[in-house]
Amino acid sequence: MTGKTHIYLTVNGETFDACVEPRMLAADFLRDELGLTGTHVGCEHGVCGTCTITLNGVSARSCLMLAVQLDGMDVQTVEGLGTMRKMHRIQEAFREHHALQCGFCTPGFLMTVHDILNTMPLRDDDEIRDALSGNICRCTGYEHIVKAVRTLVNERDGVQTP
Amino acid sequence: MKPAPFEYVRPETLAEAVTALDHEDAKIIAGGQSLLPMMNFRLAQPERLVDINRIVELGQIEKTESGIRIGALVRHAEAARSDLLADHFPIIREAMPHVAHVAIRNRGTIAGSLCHADPAAEWPLLVTLLEGEIEILGGNGPRKAKPAEFFLAPLVTDIEETELVTGIYLPLPDAPCGMAFDEVAQRAGDFAVVAAGALVCVKGGQFAEVRLGLGGVFDTSVRGSALEKALTGKPATTEAIDSALPLAVEDLEPNDDLHASAAYRLSLVPVLARRVLTRAMKVAAT
Repeated sequence: MTGKTHIYLTVNGETFDACVEPRMLAADFLRDELGLTGTHVGCEHGVCGTCTITLNGVSARSCLMLAVQLDGMDVQTVEGLGTMRKMHRIQEAFREHHALQCGFCTPGFLMTVHDILNTMPLRDDDEIRDALSGNICRCTGYEHIVKAVRTLVNERDGVQTP
Repeated sequence: MKPAPFEYVRPETLAEAVTALDHEDAKIIAGGQSLLPMMNFRLAQPERLVDINRIVELGQIEKTESGIRIGALVRHAEAARSDLLADHFPIIREAMPHVAHVAIRNRGTIAGSLCHADPAAEWPLLVTLLEGEIEILGGNGPRKAKPAEFFLAPLVTDIEETELVTGIYLPLPDAPCGMAFDEVAQRAGDFAVVAAGALVCVKGGQFAEVRLGLGGVFDTSVRGSALEKALTGKPATTEAIDSALPLAVEDLEPNDDLHASAAYRLSLVPVLARRVLTRAMKVAAT
């Protein structure tokens, strides 16, 4: 079928059914069809990480997936994380630590952090840097991003800091 | 930066997949972490895309009497998490963090890495080191290939367009042994400049079996056969390893590329070989 394909999926808790051309990328579907422009598109070949979303709870590059492959999946985008009035704790930590400058890479970082906080020990800053290595910030604000994640890891692990 | 149009087929069974592949210019998509960048750049423009993600039986890790079978669709992250794999082949859990980045490890599959056949990738090296077999299915039924038969050149494998890899089989080593993996890459998650893995069995203070696998230094992953042969039967000591290290670079022909010169790659081989052999020997001795 080169023609359009029917897909059913959940995005940020809301169910959708849609008809998509097989070649449509998942990132373009989220942005152009659902209007969820929080998912940014940078390099379109899996290098920059700004299009990171979560699929069934784990992170994935939405530029390296087809919209048809979202069929049956539980998708979360940055819009599902928090709202302007009620930010997610990860977003709060980014704000507290000035972990964004132009903000283009931020949605990808937030979704990556959402995943790694659940799946990785992140025992020290080296491990945090390794875990964030798939996301590029061209403002090069990495130091502050690492600090934000360190705070979140400490909160997760119940580590008291001065 | 968008894929050219293609026909999309999503088989639910292996039989349907084989039928779907019997078509001019059909290509399999599993994790899509190598294929989709190529399609976005239009370096690849398959007429038909066969999505095997719904074939449940390809996603299993199973123990058999003499080894472990890993299904083609097992993701790098799943392989890293598997206690069954870690119990028998701890080197897999050790190597997985070197495979790209978190989000890519969540989607990318073992068979995808093998079929992409990058000479610096971790899975081709692991299968070569662990003397695994690659299980392949086509219209004429199943067949198996050894790594040396399967990997032909950079990005070239012995797989027909109408065939698919269904999994790999890793035989359990005959005796208790130690394993270790290490690599040098420019940044975390980059392809290795050079990668090395070792498997060492020690018996009565001597090397009963020594295997060294290397990636990034030849057209395909290779074994350090000359070093393996020289060390077998020798006392299991760091001195013995050191004296055999010059043999590790024998017959290697790395290329100069953007990431490293051939000379730098060659200089890394004894460094990494020493690290992994020494560590594997220590594990084997305990």
